[in-house]
Amino acid sequence: MTKVQRLLIYLVLVVLSIPALLPLTWMVSTSLKSDKQVFATEGKAAPTVSIKSLVPSPVQWKNYPSAMRTVPFQTYLRNTVLLCLITVFGVVLSSAIVAYGFARCQFVGKSIFFVAMISTMAVPPQVTMVPIFALFKALGWYGTYLPLTVPSFFGAPFYIFLLTQFFRKLPDDMSEAARLDGSNEWGIFTKVILPLSRPALATCAIFQFMGTWNDFLGPLLYLNNPSSYTVAYGLQQFLSKNGGQWTLLMAGATVFTLPMIVLFFFAQKTFIQGIATTGAKS
Amino acid sequence: MNTPHPNHSTPSRLKKWVRKNGTGLLFISPWLIGFLCFTIGPFFSSIYLSFNAYDLIHPPKWVGGANYSTLLHDDPLFWSSLGITVKYAIVSVPLGIVAGVGLALLLNTKVKGQTIFRTIFYLPSIVPAVANAVVFSWILNPEIGLVNGILRLFGVEGPAWLSDTKWALWSLIFMSVWSVGGSMVIYLAGLQDIPVHLYEAATLDGASAYQRLRKVTLPLLTPVIFFNLVMGIIGSFQYFTEAFVMTKGGPEGSTSFYALYLFQRAWQYLDMGYACAMAWLVFVIVMAITGIVFQSQKRWVHFGH
Repeated sequence: MTKVQRLLIYLVLVVLSIPALLPLTWMVSTSLKSDKQVFATEGKAAPTVSIKSLVPSPVQWKNYPSAMRTVPFQTYLRNTVLLCLITVFGVVLSSAIVAYGFARCQFVGKSIFFVAMISTMAVPPQVTMVPIFALFKALGWYGTYLPLTVPSFFGAPFYIFLLTQFFRKLPDDMSEAARLDGSNEWGIFTKVILPLSRPALATCAIFQFMGTWNDFLGPLLYLNNPSSYTVAYGLQQFLSKNGGQWTLLMAGATVFTLPMIVLFFFAQKTFIQGIATTGAKS
Repeated sequence: MNTPHPNHSTPSRLKKWVRKNGTGLLFISPWLIGFLCFTIGPFFSSIYLSFNAYDLIHPPKWVGGANYSTLLHDDPLFWSSLGITVKYAIVSVPLGIVAGVGLALLLNTKVKGQTIFRTIFYLPSIVPAVANAVVFSWILNPEIGLVNGILRLFGVEGPAWLSDTKWALWSLIFMSVWSVGGSMVIYLAGLQDIPVHLYEAATLDGASAYQRLRKVTLPLLTPVIFFNLVMGIIGSFQYFTEAFVMTKGGPEGSTSFYALYLFQRAWQYLDMGYACAMAWLVFVIVMAITGIVFQSQKRWVHFGH
């Protein structure tokens, strides 16, 4: 590749970065603007965008506390974190246990069960949505966190699949040594396999954390009391009731998005590898 | 001494069976129980409910094929929601593939700062759907939103986007481009898996950069493109959150996506049996489309290198 070509590609990448980052930039910048600045051009003929209009002036940090006061964001955050922790714990533990069975044990019908598990991933959630809702309602779980947490303790096919592949690739000799030392399968699972599988378990944990954090349909279906809302649901309610309060809405959206970005920067490698393996190597 | 064991063989066979299979079955039991309660059970009751009138409060009432015949013959909203969803899929899925592959190809050229650019293009796709929907509602605000502000720089007066029946669906398609980062990462991994010696051999044979792209890179990337195509089609039929948050199906039903209409039938009109019938129809449709795509792969997907 010539120098000119290299420069050209570089230029294209820089130019494309601008629209890529613009929505996030616009979100954060609006969240720090005064209403006066946001609505300054409203009603005037043909307001255009300028660099000046991207920079909040004055920088108004108090949008954040006012957003928190307008809707109970702190409660929503606490609820969401709680749900994330429970589902991550439940799904990683149960998926790992099941994956160990598929990867390291022999039993009747193993391959049929495995195929059945994989095929359930192709069933659209709408198909089972109504009967599951009816079931949880009959159990008296409507309005509680149980419908949002209990299913995660029964493993999730996608993670079971990922972990099964991972466990299969681990060398057998350490398990054999532990078996000779009198360890049973559960002991091998907890003392040998789990410690060796931290990267794969972390991938599952991060995906599940993001999944629960972003989940909108679950809370929409099952939560009926504002004090139990999650951020995703609370933010949507905020938009539909206080639409037009853009500075506060953007402050809320920023608070909601920031943890995902922080998580991404801390676990970039796990993220990228996890996503890459799901698509490229499956 | 000679204590008789009349049932000797049965318990020992059972014991043997348990010893052979018990541990494994015990390990997979969490999934097995969940599979029965949350997948297979609901799966079959959904088929049953689709032949019933059911409102969650009263017991289901058998109506035969009435739900299906209403859907097919008397429900224009069903057909329009199907049309909207198909239109979204036909435009946004290829658009996502072109954008994702394009970005991945640019990044794979080993320019300086590859990881920084990868992060920049990936970042928009980790923004939670609801946050993204709220931000784009604001960006697409006709009067003081960002998009129309930028268009005015070029002397163009943009439409009212989300509140214009002609533009609302296109707004959502436009927005979908920002989530291309996830598939870009998958394409990039696919590109990095292509063995270097293939390029070397092609170069030795005098292939130009364009020919190497056409004859080496793209054919070897087809399995990943195929994966994203299938996932994209399935995803379109489940497209819900953004439409629910931004338009609720409006204006005038122009963004009434299939999954959204199904949700409204079920939870706003409590037509649960009808919603189950809708779910089954879309399941069959998606299976059929996926089947066709799988059939077509013999012609264009390149396996094994």
